[in-house]
Amino acid sequence: MSQVDDSSTAVAVAPAAEVPRVAGSGMSTGLDPSAAAALPPRRPMWRRAVATSPFYMGCVLLAMVIAFSILKPDSFSTVANVRNITLDVAMLQIMAVGMTFVIVAGGFDISISSILVFSGVVAAKFMENRADNWGTVIVGTIICLACGTAWGIFNGVCIAKLKVPPLITTLGTLGAALGAAQLITDGSDVRTVPRTMFVITRYRPFGLSWLVWIAVAVTIVFGLNLAYTRYGRHTYLIGSNIESARRAGIKTDRHVISLYALNGFLAGLAGMVSLTRFSTTTISGHSQDALQVITGVVLGGTSVFGGIGTMLGTAIGVLIPAVLTNGFVVLNFQPYGQQIVIGGVLVAAVYIDQLRRRRRDRA
Amino acid sequence: MTAILEAVGVCKSYGHVEVLREVDFSVNAGEVTALIGDNGAGKSTLVKILSGAINLDRGTILLDGRPITMSSPTAARDLGIETVYQDLALAPELGPAENTFAGREILKKGVLGMLGVLDKKAMRQQAGDAFTSMGTDVKDLDAPVGALSGGQKQSVAICRSVMWADKVIFMDEPTAALGVRQTGKVLELVRRVADKGVAVVLISHNMPEVLEVADSIQVLRLGKRVAQYRGSEATVEMLVGAMTGALDVQNAGGAR
Repeated sequence: MSQVDDSSTAVAVAPAAEVPRVAGSGMSTGLDPSAAAALPPRRPMWRRAVATSPFYMGCVLLAMVIAFSILKPDSFSTVANVRNITLDVAMLQIMAVGMTFVIVAGGFDISISSILVFSGVVAAKFMENRADNWGTVIVGTIICLACGTAWGIFNGVCIAKLKVPPLITTLGTLGAALGAAQLITDGSDVRTVPRTMFVITRYRPFGLSWLVWIAVAVTIVFGLNLAYTRYGRHTYLIGSNIESARRAGIKTDRHVISLYALNGFLAGLAGMVSLTRFSTTTISGHSQDALQVITGVVLGGTSVFGGIGTMLGTAIGVLIPAVLTNGFVVLNFQPYGQQIVIGGVLVAAVYIDQLRRRRRDRA
Repeated sequence: MTAILEAVGVCKSYGHVEVLREVDFSVNAGEVTALIGDNGAGKSTLVKILSGAINLDRGTILLDGRPITMSSPTAARDLGIETVYQDLALAPELGPAENTFAGREILKKGVLGMLGVLDKKAMRQQAGDAFTSMGTDVKDLDAPVGALSGGQKQSVAICRSVMWADKVIFMDEPTAALGVRQTGKVLELVRRVADKGVAVVLISHNMPEVLEVADSIQVLRLGKRVAQYRGSEATVEMLVGAMTGALDVQNAGGAR
């Protein structure tokens, strides 16, 4: 056993490429690497896009819009109605952006509706008896965003560090944040919101409210972030296989906390939008928000099992229930029917996602 | 032949159980070194120590003849030591290129790069080059890894480690879950990796496979290296004898 002693005295290793292969392997080296076939050219972009669920859901949305427009051209496809729908959707869409990140990373968050209310209440309380000017509104907005982010960080730490499952953590936060909001206001809404804020609702650049444009900007900025940056890529990796992400040297705990913080931040922003739109804190008016947001995200093709999802899909998915509700109202159908349809489509969408996974994993 | 990675007198105990008792182990650049041993012989503990996953109690690890310490797998990777885990550690929803560059993404140059924007084209190009130059049959860079065959998945995992390891790659049972044809392909790939000048450590239970591909075979038994052979001179009987202690291991070891 002298080999070990000899080699430990050696200092240099020959350059890798020149190390001769020691005879003794009975194995042929197989293909000549240079003769290996080149990769086939990439399929064109449109062929790849057609195969995605945002494409299908986009078609569904388009079909709905066309159908309602033909059935009720004088009340559905009007400027006023488009304003209506987009304004309804703006607040949900802002939250859906954060939810897309969380669900792509394999997480879940049902607490955003309470975070929205809590942040709005704290901001409204701060602004209540102060000078009615932009300074107050700006500080109020910062407070609102900070409250949302703080709840989000709390969620993230519980989930990433304490390993409490996301559903349970955010179920706890759902109750706690709403309770805290009611504690602050004694259960009644704050209705004295600064008049300065409403300036923003009076102008409609390109025909749509500023609140809608805020939602559009948030969607574009974070959509690009998810699709094209390292942060987005790490989000997909964590959702697809968190253990592999960890082994690849990604700081998964920190990333997960930042995702819930982002989600809380955007819930805070949605709280400010809600405050501006309704000029009151609407404490009891948001209980369905989180569920509507999750419905939209899942309809848009984001997989609840993590690793798959796009921001464009989410925008389409959030619009579908809103357009359907609006269309039912315009057609004088019972609006409750919409809930049945959406419920069915949601379960079907996740079922198809399941099937696709199973087929793939069998391959 | 110079050992690129060498362990000298490594000891590791869990409580009162001595898992490794002064193990010596060495691998050469450009060679496939098989590490074999019965269950409980200490193979996986030794590999975990050499890939930075756990710390040793006593002993020395030399890389290129210099003593090193590795506090984590990340530290080992920075030294050019990669591990292909048995469960592959791939993200099934992402493509081969995305997996290859997981945690090591290439960013665009300039302002966009500072904003964290990925250079997807460069990563795709480099991953594709690696797959073709290694002669793998990974052809579709758009398909998610989960849709690939077992052998292709293994190829992606191995190519990923090849792209980053310039010293040593540990492969834990790379063919355990594969059929005959795919096993052959993966073994060819293992051989080519070694031919690039990297030291490959192959952990395997499959003796014919070990004999087919390994340049050097080192046998662990009860926490000690009991024998080492050149691949050309060993037979299944010798390996099994050394693993079980039936053979006079002192002679076998000294035969080199």
